[in-house]
Amino acid sequence: MSEVKPGWKSIPIGGILLEPGSAMKYKTGDWKALRPTVDQKKCTNCLLCWIYCPDAAINRLENFVNVNYDYCKGCGICANECPVKAITMVEEKR
Amino acid sequence: MSRIMGLTGNEAIAYAVKQSNVDVVAAYPITPQTIMVEAFSEYVHNGEVLTEFVCVESEHSAMSACVGASLTGARVFTATASQGLALMHEMLYIASGLRCPIVMGVANRALSAPINIHGDHSDMMGSRDCGWIQIYAENNQEAYDWVIQAFKIAEDPKVLLPVSVNIDGFIVSFSMEGVEVLEDDEASKFLSMRKPVLTISPDNPITVGALCLPDYYFEMKRQQVEALKESYEVIESVTREYKALTGRRYSFIETYGMENAEAGIICLGSTAGTAKAVAKNLRSKGKKVGVIKPWVYRPFPAEEIIRAVDNLKALAVLDRSCSFGAPYGALSSDIIATLYQYGKDLKVFNGIYGLGGRDITPSDIETVFNEALKVAETRLVKESLKFIGVRE
Repeated sequence: MSEVKPGWKSIPIGGILLEPGSAMKYKTGDWKALRPTVDQKKCTNCLLCWIYCPDAAINRLENFVNVNYDYCKGCGICANECPVKAITMVEEKR
Repeated sequence: MSRIMGLTGNEAIAYAVKQSNVDVVAAYPITPQTIMVEAFSEYVHNGEVLTEFVCVESEHSAMSACVGASLTGARVFTATASQGLALMHEMLYIASGLRCPIVMGVANRALSAPINIHGDHSDMMGSRDCGWIQIYAENNQEAYDWVIQAFKIAEDPKVLLPVSVNIDGFIVSFSMEGVEVLEDDEASKFLSMRKPVLTISPDNPITVGALCLPDYYFEMKRQQVEALKESYEVIESVTREYKALTGRRYSFIETYGMENAEAGIICLGSTAGTAKAVAKNLRSKGKKVGVIKPWVYRPFPAEEIIRAVDNLKALAVLDRSCSFGAPYGALSSDIIATLYQYGKDLKVFNGIYGLGGRDITPSDIETVFNEALKVAETRLVKESLKFIGVRE
């Protein structure tokens, strides 16, 4: 919190970001109240969750998926779409 | 060299846009602005301009398309009025926030309800805090001249702000006058191609319109304040350069008879023409009256107005819009704040007039001058807010 941010004279006008890909630096994972948890034994690797995830926060592994918690906002779409109920939303503990 | 054309206010703006080599026009028709873009669409149809004309489904879309086009580095124009400007409202802030140097013609018209198509300043005053440079032209010649200058002001790298050029709906928009126009090559020379600073381009990707939370938003707004401040100097230099080309000198304000006036009227747009004519008549009878007409309303020309009222004893501020529930009309509030800021003890009263196109006659103006003269003499303002020409 003690980071000193630049003043209005030294930032680009109009809120323009000069470098692409800055969203990667903004970790939205701490927004979530519910954490999707994948039961890797149940997961059939159908990748419906990977398709539906609005934040591209599903990682594809060889035989199953897991969740990138740095960016997952906990919306629960993956759990809702999973045809084999391999994903459960559990309360996020901080 | 000088060429005079018979043009209505709307046509004068369309002709100025034609000579400004505009890349994109996106607009939706609305009375009393329609002819601005209708006349321009004929230039497009006839191949007289190379402009991309985007027919959109609403003013909200018009300004959205303008913002997108402007961000690619294009020179962009649109026009609207009244409900159309109100529908554009949220996009006006986006245009200024993203620093898009769009020029917009506005034929000022009353806002509903009740529905009314005639001229008053409620529309632009309703959006006065949108971060745009706001110019009010008195007549067709001024409308033509300001549009050409507006592009140069807007696109200056020190400014990069949108500009609205306002004309009084019907009174100016539909009246035909002789307008002295530039030759196309003269206009092109004065207004060279836009040199954009930061644009969206596949070769050099940038992000525009990203989320900006409490840690940066305020800084962006502070930059906009500075850009309007910087625009003073740019407006000054552009108007000087325009005078060298045309002989017509524009500035932040125009004054008439203010050198020795004791009582003055300050007002925007076409009413200033009536006021000057009445002042001329009264001055010939020995009455010391004068007129101040701000051409530029935003940024507010505080110093110029303070200089102009130096010898004045009483000032009537005429507002063609009503700030309901506020102590005074918009222009009047700005004037009173400015006088207070500069420690100027000038007696002021505010007249709200002409709503919904209600005519303001020379005798109305004469009454205001006489009241101001009385205030100058007695140093007493009996009624600080009055409504001129309304039936009791």
